[in-house]
Amino acid sequence: MKEQNLEAHFQAKIDAEIKIEPKDWMPDEYRKTLIRQISQHAHSEIVGMLPEGNWITRAPSLRRKLILLAKVQDEAGHGLYLYSAAETLGADRGDLVLQMLNGKAKYSSIFNYPTLNWADIGAIGWLVDGAAITNQVMLTRTSYGPYARAMVRICKEESFHQRQGYEIMLAMSRGSEEQKQMAQDSLNRWWWPSLMMFGPHDGESSHSEQAFKWKIKRKSNDELRQQFVDATIPQAGLLGLTVPDPALRWNAERGHYDFSPINWDEFWNVVKGNGPCNRERIAARQKACDDGAWVREAALAYAEKKEQKQIGARQTAAA
Amino acid sequence: MKKSWPLWEVFIRSKSGLDHKHAGSIHAADAEMAIENARDIYTRRNEGVSIWVVESKHITASDPDDADALFEPAKDKIYRHPTFYNLPDEVKHM
Amino acid sequence: MDANTPLYSFLLQLGDNALILGHRLGEWCGHAPEMELDIALTNIALDLTGQARALYQRATELNAQGKTEDDLAYLRDVPEFRNVLLVEQPNGDFAHSIARQFYFDAFNYFFHEELTRSSDAWLSGFAVKSLKEITYHLRFSSEWVLRLGDGTATSHEKMQTALDDLWYWTGEMTTPSDLERQMAADAIGPSLQQIKSRVNDRVNDVVSMATLQLPTGTWMQSGGKVGRHTEHLGFILAEMQFLQRAYPGNEW
Repeated sequence: MKEQNLEAHFQAKIDAEIKIEPKDWMPDEYRKTLIRQISQHAHSEIVGMLPEGNWITRAPSLRRKLILLAKVQDEAGHGLYLYSAAETLGADRGDLVLQMLNGKAKYSSIFNYPTLNWADIGAIGWLVDGAAITNQVMLTRTSYGPYARAMVRICKEESFHQRQGYEIMLAMSRGSEEQKQMAQDSLNRWWWPSLMMFGPHDGESSHSEQAFKWKIKRKSNDELRQQFVDATIPQAGLLGLTVPDPALRWNAERGHYDFSPINWDEFWNVVKGNGPCNRERIAARQKACDDGAWVREAALAYAEKKEQKQIGARQTAAA
Repeated sequence: MKKSWPLWEVFIRSKSGLDHKHAGSIHAADAEMAIENARDIYTRRNEGVSIWVVESKHITASDPDDADALFEPAKDKIYRHPTFYNLPDEVKHM
Repeated sequence: MDANTPLYSFLLQLGDNALILGHRLGEWCGHAPEMELDIALTNIALDLTGQARALYQRATELNAQGKTEDDLAYLRDVPEFRNVLLVEQPNGDFAHSIARQFYFDAFNYFFHEELTRSSDAWLSGFAVKSLKEITYHLRFSSEWVLRLGDGTATSHEKMQTALDDLWYWTGEMTTPSDLERQMAADAIGPSLQQIKSRVNDRVNDVVSMATLQLPTGTWMQSGGKVGRHTEHLGFILAEMQFLQRAYPGNEW
């Protein structure tokens, strides 16, 4: 088939809601966009382990410690599901990780904010995972098969994450005065960065239009953000906490909450590396990578030796 | 990053009586590690009773370009399906 | 310690071993040599922390005094902890964490194998369940001793150093304290003399298969079982117990 026909055939499949699978023909740009998006998503899961992992050794009860360990472990698992989806497109995981470490590839900016009190573990589960789920539910219907399947698995697991986070917020907002303060402080700090997670306004996002046409993305950033706000405000009310936005109010005409404009200056600065923890996060992942190099090499060397021994044994047996 | 651990495909039997089904892939240096990594990554929630792993390089997949030649010919062989046959109602279950 | 029964103290000792080692493994989360290892180490941490929780819960059932599992984990100070010194040693590099894990798993495996025959029904049930987890831990750590020992020249050297460095913390595990002697006499706990040779044989087998040498030093450190710890435990507790200590009585 000629390139033009291939492209038309490809688009026809997408329009007919037929999933694209790894060996199917796809435009280079589709492949590149997906590798970029999926790996970015994978990096986010892996870097996302750090702010929460921070509190594993300080979790305030055995129950919470188990939950947090399992949760952070899930994030690693999600990262791996996603890298595995990216690898079906011909990318190499080692290369992708390298791109993240040297700053060429991004991860979600939210993880460049610090976790300062225990309520932050609650807020991350409730708000950050909540925002992520809003996006991920959409992505279960994305046009690339392996990505969509990874998302189905992730969404199933994420709902525990959000629930455990909300449970922490609930315990603290109904707890002592100090705990309530921690919970409110945490909401104050995580609210706006959570809204920023959905990315810039639709008009300003460089990849939006094509991503829609290819059904990689199925809802706009602003649509998803609004959906998240609408779902979250009543939950904050239930906790008795105040969302840090004086302009926030129900708009009966639109059937949605109105909220203040986002501080995009802050958003772009954190994206560019000027968030409170950008350097620390990358340094931590770089250190794990460097310190682990000899371990990874040893495992390969051992596997090779074992294989040689097996070949030797087979030859002896055959002789 | 130097040479990374090879890629393995993972197949999980979710319970006795069912087939192993492709779950995804993992990286591992050797077969034992592949089983263990598959267990940790794909059966954390009790999703499996048995695991197969095979190094991805050993998998041969059919070419989508051959799909017509490979699979279209089976489409019109409707006589392979039980509903193709009209039997009197008196023959209840067959 | 108060006038608690020997069984109560025994449960706490087992729980402390599991809690502290689980805590150390949790420190790896997000920093392991490969992402798959983040998950693997966390899994072992989950198993151990789960075991600690079960043991503390059982202890509070036997001797309530209004205490909870969290009181036991978060409100006891260093001298009241009864874990062996090995498990509180810092993670070090990956070889040190594997050496610590392997030495402990080898002991823990044979210990729990015997514990399944405990005259205490709860403990034997606990041991049956835990032994499955520990069997996997020993498999995991043994494989890594092999990979690192028989991997590259660098890994061989690092693994050997780690085995050497941690060696003198190992004797304590199989040397019975008064409490353990009594538990064995009551057929509640294993006889440590009995399992000692099995533990040593297993350690020897794996270490020699890994082309490594087991240190020959016979001087062993001890003290954990009577509450005399290394400096490290204080720091572990300072971090672990921070919230419970700073905000007493709060529910989390």
